[in-house]
Amino acid sequence: MLLEAVNLAAERGGETVFSNVSFVLRSGEGLVVTGPNGVGKSTLLRTVAGLLPSVAGSVRFEGDDEFGEVAGACHYLGHQNAMKPSLTVVENLGFWQAFFGNAHMESGEALDMVGLGDVGHLPFGYLSTGQRRRVAIAKLLVSYRPVWIVDEPTAGLDRASEAQFASLMRAHLEDGGMVLAATHHPLGLEGAKELRMGG
Amino acid sequence: MLALFLRDIRLGLRSGGGGLTGVLFFLAVIATMPFAIGPDLNLLSRIGPAILWIGALLASLLGLDRLFQADREDGSLDLLVLGTDRISLILAVVTKCLAHWVVSVLPLVIAAPLFGLLMNMSAVGIGATALTLLVGTPAITFLGAAGAAVAVALPRGGVLISVLILPLVVPVLIFGVSASYGAVAEPDPFLPPFLMLTALTLFLAVVGPVAAALSLRWASD
Repeated sequence: MLLEAVNLAAERGGETVFSNVSFVLRSGEGLVVTGPNGVGKSTLLRTVAGLLPSVAGSVRFEGDDEFGEVAGACHYLGHQNAMKPSLTVVENLGFWQAFFGNAHMESGEALDMVGLGDVGHLPFGYLSTGQRRRVAIAKLLVSYRPVWIVDEPTAGLDRASEAQFASLMRAHLEDGGMVLAATHHPLGLEGAKELRMGG
Repeated sequence: MLALFLRDIRLGLRSGGGGLTGVLFFLAVIATMPFAIGPDLNLLSRIGPAILWIGALLASLLGLDRLFQADREDGSLDLLVLGTDRISLILAVVTKCLAHWVVSVLPLVIAAPLFGLLMNMSAVGIGATALTLLVGTPAITFLGAAGAAVAVALPRGGVLISVLILPLVVPVLIFGVSASYGAVAEPDPFLPPFLMLTALTLFLAVVGPVAAALSLRWASD
């Protein structure tokens, strides 16, 4: 599998945010995007995922025919958690699993992986910020997608959960997946490439 | 898609009862009419279908602004747009429309016969109006989805959606009301306007979601 961006450029409101960004990711590789606020990390991630049109350059994904384009092959975890506060945690995860297809793990099992085995029956709205984030991380586990595109994944997490998420990412990489992460904090991904933006 | 349908139904039933709000608004519109028009029973029964249709139309516009906005606010919309190619995004919009119709609009159709009594309508008139509402209101929802998709990024898009789509649903209103009249007023036919109404619903069931999907694809930022 191969995810390649060539001379990517994007703009917001008519102003160029970044240009000439290129990278190549192969199976089992991670890429950590760093840089100061406003430099375009989130915009880059959204452009790669296909949520924003690129002004120049291209994103190419080669993988199994099963997934097709990048959009079909990636889990995108943005700033928001994409969960409904009035549904229970298990209902939320169950919905995304059914929607994404490629069931990988049961909701309960995925919740155990993020250390929230006992909150499945609660409405998502009752959880704390960190717990909500961990449920959103569990969403990456319920369906299998080879590419994880995560934007500030550890925002609001405590130390233990950060370490837990790092081990989940490592397991995903060992499985032959890819991780594209934008972050300010070190994610604990040894061997991941770094893309420093801005300056 | 079934999962999306079930989720939206569940959300609609669990969070705030959008259907009940619509029915109450519908009741308010219908119940104030006799006060404004006066207790002329013949007049009321004559304009009954039109009043029921206007009430149902306005009430069905109520919840439309939340159709995509709620999903946008919590980030679900990104994933709905992202995870699907163009065809399945259209299907997702159709699914959301159907779920919205079942939760918010179907209660209006069910309540309409009851409210018809308030307008002193005959049994045939009530039946015909309920039938035309059943067939015609999905058109409003499908068209409303296009409006909701255009206004998805606006914080208070509700009024804008109404203004955008009201001119476009006028044909639905015209054929709906004329079919209802056709059932009670003798020389007027029932079937031709009813078939036109059905055709409009089918037409908008295609055009509305396609327009909404296009708009949603370019609305993400």
